[in-house]
This record gives sequence, C-alpha cells and structure tokens, in this order.
Amino acid sequence: MNTDIFNVQTKIGKPWKKPPFVQSNLLRWVLITGFVIYLIAAYMTIDVNWSRVYEGLERGKKFVLAFTNPDFTSRSSDIWEGMIESILMTVASSVVGILISIPIALGAARNVSPLPVYLICRGIIAISRALQEIIVAILLVAIFGFGPLAGFLTLSFATIGFLSKLLAEDIESMDKVQAEAIKASGAKWTQWINYGVQPQVMPRLIGLSIYRVDINFRESAILGLVGAGGIGATLNTAFDRYEYDTAAAILLIIIVIVMALEYLSGIVRARVQ
Amino acid sequence: MLEIKQLVKKYHTGDLALNGVDLKVEKGQVMALIGPSGAGKSTLIRCVNRLEKATSGEIWLNGENIVKMRSGKLRRARRNMGMIFQEYALVERLTVMENVLSGRLGYVGFWRSFLRKFPQSDINAAFGLLEKVGLDTMVNKRADELSGGQRQRVGIARALIQKPDILLVDEPTASLDPKTSRQIMRLICELCRERELAAIINIHDVALAQMFVQRVVGLRFGAVQFDGPPEGLTPDVLTMIYGEEDWEATIESVDDEDDLVTL
Amino acid sequence: MIFTYCWQQISKSTTWFFVWDAPRIATDLWTRATPPKWEYISQLGKPIWDTLNIATLGTLFALIIAVPVAFLAARNTTPSRFIIRPIALLIIVSTRSINSLIWALLLIAIIGPGVFAGVIAIAIRSIGFCAKLLYEAIEEIDETQVEAITATGASRWQVMAYGIVPQILPAFAGIAVFRWDINIRESTVLGLVGAGGIGLQLNASLNVLAWPQVTLILILILLAVIFSEWISAKVRHAII
Repeated sequence: MNTDIFNVQTKIGKPWKKPPFVQSNLLRWVLITGFVIYLIAAYMTIDVNWSRVYEGLERGKKFVLAFTNPDFTSRSSDIWEGMIESILMTVASSVVGILISIPIALGAARNVSPLPVYLICRGIIAISRALQEIIVAILLVAIFGFGPLAGFLTLSFATIGFLSKLLAEDIESMDKVQAEAIKASGAKWTQWINYGVQPQVMPRLIGLSIYRVDINFRESAILGLVGAGGIGATLNTAFDRYEYDTAAAILLIIIVIVMALEYLSGIVRARVQ
Repeated sequence: MLEIKQLVKKYHTGDLALNGVDLKVEKGQVMALIGPSGAGKSTLIRCVNRLEKATSGEIWLNGENIVKMRSGKLRRARRNMGMIFQEYALVERLTVMENVLSGRLGYVGFWRSFLRKFPQSDINAAFGLLEKVGLDTMVNKRADELSGGQRQRVGIARALIQKPDILLVDEPTASLDPKTSRQIMRLICELCRERELAAIINIHDVALAQMFVQRVVGLRFGAVQFDGPPEGLTPDVLTMIYGEEDWEATIESVDDEDDLVTL
Repeated sequence: MIFTYCWQQISKSTTWFFVWDAPRIATDLWTRATPPKWEYISQLGKPIWDTLNIATLGTLFALIIAVPVAFLAARNTTPSRFIIRPIALLIIVSTRSINSLIWALLLIAIIGPGVFAGVIAIAIRSIGFCAKLLYEAIEEIDETQVEAITATGASRWQVMAYGIVPQILPAFAGIAVFRWDINIRESTVLGLVGAGGIGLQLNASLNVLAWPQVTLILILILLAVIFSEWISAKVRHAII
C-alpha cells in the first residue's frame, strides 16, 4: 500500500488522511448510501402514531410510578403460584437439559467422536438453536396441552442447543497433549473421556450451566404468554387489566431473582477457576 | 528548569516509593536515573508528569509548581513534557501517523483531533520526525504491525512532536534486544542534543547509561544516593546503589563495544 | 432430590391424558400442517420487512444509549464510582433481566400496538445486553495506552477518542452484530403480543388454526434466522 519510494520533501505541505477502513472508494460509497437509504425506508414504514404515543406517556408515567409503589399483596396468591411454577420449570429443565447436553456435546466435538455421530449431534444443535423458545412452546402446547410440562420441555430443548454448542467448542479447543497422555496409557474410550477430557472442560461446564439456569429462569417468565406455565400468564393478565402496580411487583421479583442468580454464578465461577 | 524539592510519594498500600527526593535538571541536560527495581525511578518520572500525584513536595517546571496545578493548567504543562514509555504505549489499533499526531492533542481542539484534521504544520512536523527516526515508509501502517524497535521510534516521534522542553523516558530499552537498545538510546540522546532538550532517562542497564549520558543519578529506597558524571560510577558507588555484587565486568564492558551501529 | 420434587409438582399440574394422547395429536398436526400453503407468501413480504426493521432499528437505538451507559458503568471511565456507576449498573441489570416480549407487552399497553412498540421493546432489552458486554471490554483495555495519551496533555474527551475508543472498537462491532443477530430471532415472535412483524401473521394463523400457513411462516422465520447468522458471521469475519 505504501511501499512506493517515499520522499519527505514531496510529502511536506501535503495533507494527510487516515486510510479508510473500506479500501475501495466505490464500495465504500455504495455501503454508506445503501445504509442511509435503508434507514430512511425503514423509518418511513414504521408509521408512528405520535398522538397515540403522546397519550401513552401518561400511562407510561403511571407505570414508572408503580415501580415506586409495587403491589405485592392484592394478587399475591397468583404471583406466588406463578413464581413457584417458573422456578420448578427452571430447575427441572436445567437438570434434564444439562444431562442431555453432555453426551450431545461430546458427540458434537470433532476431536472425540466419529463423523456420523458428529453430524447427527451438530444437526440436533442447529435445530434447537434455530427455533425460538416461544415458537417451540407454541407447538408443544398444541401437542401436550396447556401447563408447565410444555414449558419444561421447551426449556430443556433450548438448553440442549445452547449448552452443547458451547461445550463442544470448548472440548474442541482443549489441550491435546493432556488428553493424549491418557490415551497413551491404554485407557478405554470412557476412561479417556473421564480422565483426559472431563477435568479440562469441567470449570466451563459449571460456569455455562449456571448461566443457563439464569437464562432459563428469564425465559420461563415469558412462556406463560402462550400457555406453557409460569409467571408469564399472571404478568399478561396484569397488563391486560392495566394493573401496573401488580405488573411492577412481578417485574421487580424477576429482576431481583436474576440479580441473585448472577451474583451466585459470579461466586461459583470464581471458585471453580 | 526542572527542579524537584523534597518529593515524597506514598502509595495507598503504604509503600513509600519516594522519600524526599531533591533534583535539579538544567536546560539541555540529559540525565540517567539508575537504581534497583522498586527504587522509585518510574514513580519519580510519573510524578513529574502527574500520572501519579505526589504525596508531598514540589516539582517546579519553568517556574510553575506541577504538584499544585489545576487540570487545565496541568494539561498545558504536560504539553512541555514528552514522555516515552517502556512498553512503547502506542495506541495499537491506530496508524503510525495517528500515533505521532496524538502528541499534538494538547494543542488542537476536540473535533479537529476527532476528525483527524490536524494543522498542516503538525503534519509536516510529523513527516519530518518520521523521516528522522527512519519510519518514513510506515506512515499508514498500524502500530501493532511494527517491531519493538520501530514502535519505540514512533513513541519517540510522538514525544518530540509535542515540542517539549524536557523528555521523560521510562526504561526505553527494557523490552528491546541489545543492538536495538543502543540504537534507541543513541537516537534519543542525539535528538536531545540537537534540540537542546533536557531528559530524564530511567534505565536499569548501567553500561548503556554510562555510554550515552553526561550525568547519572542513582536512586535507592526512594532517595538519591549518587549524583555525578558517569565516570564517578565506581564499584563502591554501585554497591551503594544496588547492593553487594562484583561490578568490574559491568563497568569494563563499556569500553570495548563499538559504537558504529548506524540507524 | 430437588429435581424429583420439581418433577412431581410439574406432573401434578399436567393433564396426563393429553400427554398420552400426544403422539396421535402430533401426527394429526403434521398431516394438517403439510404441505405449507405457498401462495400465502404474497402476504408475508411486508411483515418480514417489518421484522427486519424492528431488529435493525432496535439495535441501533440500543447502541446509541448503551455506549454512554457502558462508559458510565466501567470502573475505569465512570465519573463517579459511588453514585453514577450503581445507577448505570441498575439500568443494565433491569433492562437485561426482562425479556423483550415482556417489554413489548408493556409498551403496547402504553403506546399501543404496532411496529414502533416492537422497535422500542427490542431497543430496551438490548441496552443492558450491549452495555454489559461493552463495559466489560472497557474495563479490560490496556491502561498504558490511555496514560500515554494523557501524558501528551490531551483533554478528557481526546483521551477517550484516542486512548480508549480505538481499543474497544472491535469489541463494539462484534457486540453490535451479535445482538443484531439475536434481535432478528426475537423480533420474529414479538408479533405474538401485537408488536408488529411476522409474529402478527403467526398469531393470526394460529388463532384460526390455519396450520399450513403456520408451517410456511415457520419456514420463513427459519430462513431469516439462518440469513442473519450468515450475515453476522461474515461481518465478524471482516472485522477481526
């Protein structure tokens, strides 16, 4: 780019410009104008009803104020039941999801499993990741009926995609030498996994699992919207009835639990590392 | 020009890094600061630029006390002090030119610097300096593509474009090989002579210091132990600064090395 | 043990009759849902465009707010550790603990249904996410580069522009694209609660049990997700 013979005398007096990120002039302008045109087009189609928004601000204010005065009591039994159900779903689905993810992660790591197994496991992961939790929940509710079972299955399924993928990547990037040393001692495949692989990926598995518990809890809060159990149904009703103080109470509980989980995971991760 | 009086620096941890240092540097004087690690060399330099705030004492630069300055004034004072760092401290993801021009930040407004629209005189100066340090073909390279010696040259150019009165140089050669170390030291000293710059050079390599400077200050436990010409660094003096060790080899090695490494 | 308890509770509130019936229902559903109703695609152009816009504009808004929040939350750049930093952290935690669907639900109650509510819902949810990753990146920068710029006599803002921004720019771009990718997924379902996009059609089709249409929409969503993942992989590759 700048290998041509350089002569200070010719440069002095000339301006200097930072070389642009996109080298080709044409491409750069196409990208910039394309983006601007897209933004304008996107903005035009949004079609905001400003008077409606303005009216809404009043309600928005009411909602924000509701946070200073949340109502935990008047629907306390609904909130309580919903929360318990959310937590049950979270725990059960995390346990099942993690247990299933481990073999799938092993299968999806190219360095520990043969090609056909690898392809099947990667396929399962891809499907699980491509499908939104809420869409899976809709289908499962249609098949298994309303209730926490559908939510539990949804979250387990989503956990598999998330955890297996990250764990498989970790296994693939592990230190080969350590694993080979075990193999060289004549260990069976299971022993090899147990002694060569497991110690290396264990801290990450624990960290990811706790993170996933956190995600599962947050997700369990919305599954109720489509009838798959949990606090979401209560929340939805609260919004429908414009009971902002109850909604605020529920949201606060969610935030506090998520914060607690995050704090907990920080401690655990610090300990395993 | 620079006068340090009874400078004390105590860290939060309770470590006493500087314990009443008195030092005076005249215009155009290049001074090497030697001493064992932990003697307070870096702290001294960082206090002068006020990257660390001194606990007590005074630092007078051109008749103004840096320790007591408010932030606007401090920024103007910092423009007169060029600093060169041990690990180069270039902004890795910016080009060589941007790194050099960043030495002018104290002189241009925010938006001008943000849009990289520096005055033409600054750009000319940058080109001139880059030629001087031998990097004229690397103007648009990113700093992280350069070798250690090249990076330190960019660091030197960045310090000099400030048009400072004094250079504060913190272990300029600690991460470089012996040959490059000498080239860099020579470059710094030549440029100082040419521009009549004063300089405080922190250096742990005594031989290298003796080779290039007119004055050596030895620091131990945050206090000045020796102050004099490089010839005054006898084994006794070195023992006083560093502790017991056989010093003959260190001092002799100065004489038999050839100085003909060109830039 | 805890697990068995949880499982018992779940099974207690499950109508097992439906579950035993599930295979039959599933096959029944499958026969009704296939083949997809291809001609319905003509009505899906606008919704998918809306979905794309919700994700993109939502991400942009989120980034505009997330950047200052991240700087206020990072230990090394916050102007005040004891007042402003906790506030910034509170914004981060509260916006990211709550799913975008819930934000959408809330915004629809406040400003009415439509694409705009979707954009804002996505934006709010993404603020915390982006700001968290960004402030972690800011806390990991190399301080000596910042010091070097400070030592030249640069002002606070110049130190930011020269010492900090170049260091976090790659992380920033990565985060932006990563979140955009997630937002495409999330915006496909926002319509379920009325916040615009393809989810609206999905909801409408589900309500009238038009399963062939549902199948088509799901295929389309799948394609959108694959497309966004492909783009984000490309962009990330170009940056690094």
